[in-house]
Amino acid sequence: MTAIAQFRTCPDTGFKVHSAAEKLIKANAVAAVVFLLVGGVFGLSVALTRWQEVHLLPADWFYLALTAHGLDVLLVWIIFFEMAILYFASAILLNSRLATPWIGWLQFWLMLIGALITNVAVLQGDSSVMFTSYVPMKASPLFYLGIILFAVGALLGCCVFFGTLIVAKDEKTYEGSVPLVTFGAITAAIIAVFTIASGAIILIPTLLWSVGYISHIDPLMYKTVWWAMGHSSQQINVSAHVAVWYLIAAVIFGAKPLSEKVSRTAYLMYILFLQLASAHHMLVEPGLSSEWKIFNTSYAMYLAVMGSMIHGLTVPGSIEAAQRKKGFNKGMFEWLRKAPWGNPAFSGMFLSLVFFGFIGGITGVVMGTEQLNLIMHNTLYVPGHFHGTVVAGTTLAFMAVTYIVVPLIWRREIIWPGLAKLQPYLFGFGVAGISLFMMGAGTLGVSRRHWDIAFSDATLSFDYPAAAYLMLTLNGISAILAAIGGALYILIVVGSILFGKKRDEAAAPAPAEPTAAAATSYGSAGTAAVPGTFMLALIFFVTFVLYYFVNWKYLAETWGVS
Amino acid sequence: MAESETGASGGGTGGKPPFMQRLLDNHFFLLFLGVVIPTVFYILWGVMELTQIPVANY
Ligand code: HEM
Ligand SMILES: [Cu+2]
Repeated sequence: MTAIAQFRTCPDTGFKVHSAAEKLIKANAVAAVVFLLVGGVFGLSVALTRWQEVHLLPADWFYLALTAHGLDVLLVWIIFFEMAILYFASAILLNSRLATPWIGWLQFWLMLIGALITNVAVLQGDSSVMFTSYVPMKASPLFYLGIILFAVGALLGCCVFFGTLIVAKDEKTYEGSVPLVTFGAITAAIIAVFTIASGAIILIPTLLWSVGYISHIDPLMYKTVWWAMGHSSQQINVSAHVAVWYLIAAVIFGAKPLSEKVSRTAYLMYILFLQLASAHHMLVEPGLSSEWKIFNTSYAMYLAVMGSMIHGLTVPGSIEAAQRKKGFNKGMFEWLRKAPWGNPAFSGMFLSLVFFGFIGGITGVVMGTEQLNLIMHNTLYVPGHFHGTVVAGTTLAFMAVTYIVVPLIWRREIIWPGLAKLQPYLFGFGVAGISLFMMGAGTLGVSRRHWDIAFSDATLSFDYPAAAYLMLTLNGISAILAAIGGALYILIVVGSILFGKKRDEAAAPAPAEPTAAAATSYGSAGTAAVPGTFMLALIFFVTFVLYYFVNWKYLAETWGVS
Repeated sequence: MAESETGASGGGTGGKPPFMQRLLDNHFFLLFLGVVIPTVFYILWGVMELTQIPVANY
């Protein structure tokens, strides 16, 4: 192998870094952050429009902004970042060279060009169909073309990832099983392949329809197949951000999973069952049988939910075990109190874990129950729920890992350490507010994707309770908080990349105990004595059960029986 | 039933590694499962039901 010169070893973490992988990670991460900025601005403008007293945008701009927001953050930011994660989890964690870097670059350019084309289509104003683009709403052909190019790029990225797994195995760059973080990335990539295939099945005909080659696409058929893509793509995010949790725990604490077996089995649950839960988007559709709905959303989905609960238990558990080993043994929670709350990588990761479980997770299971779905379907409760999963969960976890990636990959120090310390809290609590207040409004019946709940120029009016307006106001205020946190993230990251103090590798002494070892090797913590974590889990279950039954109570009140 | 601490997949040290370990290390079989299961239970089953809905007569 001629690759010797193309590697360097990070002095802090001990990771071996392949330069082709490093460049691709940089390119994808930068593209991700740029689109987070664009999409975030649209998100703020949407929230300020729904704040009835502000009502920022006119109706046509509102729907344009909502479409751009959904696409740029949910698709572009997240998936560019995931490409960076795939390259990191394969080449770097396996000490391997990246397979076919030129296909990696093809991935990058296709995704970038696709994203730009779709953005142009949306900004032209004739494609305000929301990111779900339900037929018979028709966008311009460029809209679908851009998404298809983007998806082809992402598929190539998955191919490079799987190729790197083969290379690493052939060249024996690791022994035995791949590290757990890589296994999480494998789970994400597997789900991505199904996601992209479903997307192709539905979006290519839709493109042809918008050009005029196909006369009719059945709306229900569209919706069913579209959600095989739309939902599964969220499961890529879950798999990836759980991998990021494990990575951060390993890098900061040297934490090892409580049990490799259990954590991997939890990922297996994802691979086998998580994608079936796509059916929770179809729960109120006629034409699909209850057997199909219940099989896909309850019997199978709960197995996947169990996977998430296992991860939610073992990630803090592994941190607790590592902390106790270091002597933080007093009482139930000394390990948590004495955790590095001022390190944004840790605080972001831990907030992500808590919010994902308590806000996103619990409400997801409630909405995924066929009967309960009826009381919140298509209300603001839905975006409230998924800002808990994909923003407070995934986005915050990705932000947190950036604080590790910038020093490692760019070899720059983080600028403004004081503000960096605050950033995860601002963004995290802002987003938690967005989630909770949108859910609050949804519980009062406020629709999602709705420009004006006052119905000021409608023939038939409807009065929402004053509390609904209050919820939208609080949502707007939380959105400003989250936007400040998001803007800080972007400023800090871009500023660090451009102006951060260069890290001098040659001068730095090799670390006594490279933290990378915990992330790049197989091995369990060898203990399950984590009382604090069990206490947290208990609190979680009690909350879960109470909230679940409260919603049955709500449902029971919908139709008075007398 | 000591769990191999390196996760080494065999390598001539005697018998095969346990079934679950072989499954979890076989990434391309997992890829196969991860694509086939949702294709069958969600897409094919769902689309079959949709195609059985009679077309309306205008
Ligand atoms: C400052 C940050 C953010 C704010 C203030 C914000 C706010 C909002 C608001 C108010 C809505 C509209 C709900 C409606 O009227 O139906 C919305 C929708 C949405 N948001 Fe965000 N959001 C933010 C960040 C994000 C991020 C980071 C993601 C994804 C990773 C995301 C994904 C979405 C999606 C997918 C929709 C649904 C769009 C649709 O219904 O078509 N948001 N957001
Ligand atoms: Cu879903």
